[in-house]
Amino acid sequence: MAPVLEFRDLTLRYHTERGAMVACEGVNLSLREGERLILLGPSGCGKSSLLAAAGGFLMPAAGQVLLDGVPVRGPGQDRMTVFQEFDQLLPWKRVRANVAYPLRLAGRSRAEAEGRAEVLIGKVGLRGFEEAFPHTLSGGMKMRVAIARALAAAPRVLLMDEPFAALDALTRRRMQEELLRLWGELRFTLIFVTHSIEEAVLLGSRVAVLSAHPGRLRAEHAVPAGADDAERARLGALLRGQLLPTGPDAVLADA
Amino acid sequence: MPDGSLLHPPAPPLRTAPRAARPGPLLQDLAQRALILALLALAWEGYGRWVDNDLIFPTFTGTLAALARVTASGELPARVLGSLRVLGISYAIGLAVAALLVGLAVASRFGSALLSTLTAMFNPLPAIALLPLALLWFGLGTPSLVFVVRHSVLWAVALNAHAGVRAIPPTLRKVGENLGLRGLRLAAFILAPAALPAIISGLRIGWAFAWRTLIAAELVFGATSRSSGVGWFIAEHRNNLEIPEVFAGLLVVVGIGLLVEGVVFRGLEARTVRRWGLQRQ
Repeated sequence: MAPVLEFRDLTLRYHTERGAMVACEGVNLSLREGERLILLGPSGCGKSSLLAAAGGFLMPAAGQVLLDGVPVRGPGQDRMTVFQEFDQLLPWKRVRANVAYPLRLAGRSRAEAEGRAEVLIGKVGLRGFEEAFPHTLSGGMKMRVAIARALAAAPRVLLMDEPFAALDALTRRRMQEELLRLWGELRFTLIFVTHSIEEAVLLGSRVAVLSAHPGRLRAEHAVPAGADDAERARLGALLRGQLLPTGPDAVLADA
Repeated sequence: MPDGSLLHPPAPPLRTAPRAARPGPLLQDLAQRALILALLALAWEGYGRWVDNDLIFPTFTGTLAALARVTASGELPARVLGSLRVLGISYAIGLAVAALLVGLAVASRFGSALLSTLTAMFNPLPAIALLPLALLWFGLGTPSLVFVVRHSVLWAVALNAHAGVRAIPPTLRKVGENLGLRGLRLAAFILAPAALPAIISGLRIGWAFAWRTLIAAELVFGATSRSSGVGWFIAEHRNNLEIPEVFAGLLVVVGIGLLVEGVVFRGLEARTVRRWGLQRQ
């Protein structure tokens, strides 16, 4: 099966006031249809930069990002990003209009877009909130709307950048389970960035471990489809072993 | 997969937006304002009676009578319409130029520097100071007034709108790009609404500047302009020593200012930025 998304010898740099920094170097990764790829690593490993490159927000310094074999040239609805920030919803649109917006911009009729939006709002558990403005929602609810909006575009890949990091532990847990349930229903292709080993082994079908300074791909692990808690725990321990001994910079926030 | 009971947790507590403003505080606020206005009118009336000289300080009732007189004769309404017409034209031109400059500033670094420099130069310059020059360039008439008033609107609006656009969270801009919006469409669908709180406060300051500048300009040069407005109405009656009419003119200037502020701008805010949670009451 041809990969949906591919990083080929990808080197990313970003510019700061102190000059160009290397975010990651020589990364090769590919993602097949329906996979849930986790980019796991300490801060500074370039995992968010990789996601930004997939989203078309950051252009490669070397190498390529390919979507269905075609180099990515910029952001687009075929790769929808769910950001970490709560303020990613459009405050001037009600929940229904926020979720329907990608479809409206893609030229669908209002009736069709809103119908589709309502289905997705139901799927993320927000039925009854279609008329609410985003500022009246809690952080977790805003995140649900953002996920529904991203899925409304029916992207080739869904990109999530530590989406649950700013949520409280209980809400985070619930959102993780809901994301898995949504995947079970819709089978989207996902890249999910996190620095939490627990989250990685819970959500991923594959985990790519990155090391920092410069960001490099260190290892890849498949998570067996029906893995039980014991298997996840073993994989978690393995990941911890790969992440921790690489120096003080690699200490994870919640490990 | 965990079982269903975990997956469908009870819905979070309802936190829907209040659809209408709560009447309590609003009514209280209105009552308070009415009381203050009544007290002011009472003090005015009392002082006027004590002075007992219409040439210096007419009473409140005397002013109201004069107001009724000049309104019934059609003199004042015509002057008000004249002023508002000049104001409308100037405001529209000012907004159009401001939109153009802010658009350039958003689109390019050079445009941004251009706008910053221009606003830094012209914003502190009182628009009325340009009136002598305007009269030289455009002659005695509406164009001179429009030029001066437009100047007073332009920089306030441009300055605020530009600041508002720069304060937009980068995530929101990225969301727009992710949805496939670029250039003008990004500006119209994402940047403009996101910057609306700042844009409205710019419009508001621009309106206040424009109204003051216009009345001032009319006071000085209104006589020579064909469409003389409220400012000239005041100056004219002052020359005829019809002081109650002067007070009536001032009252109307204040009243229009209050009306636009209270109805137009507050209404606009209530329907947009406050409803969206972009601005607290």
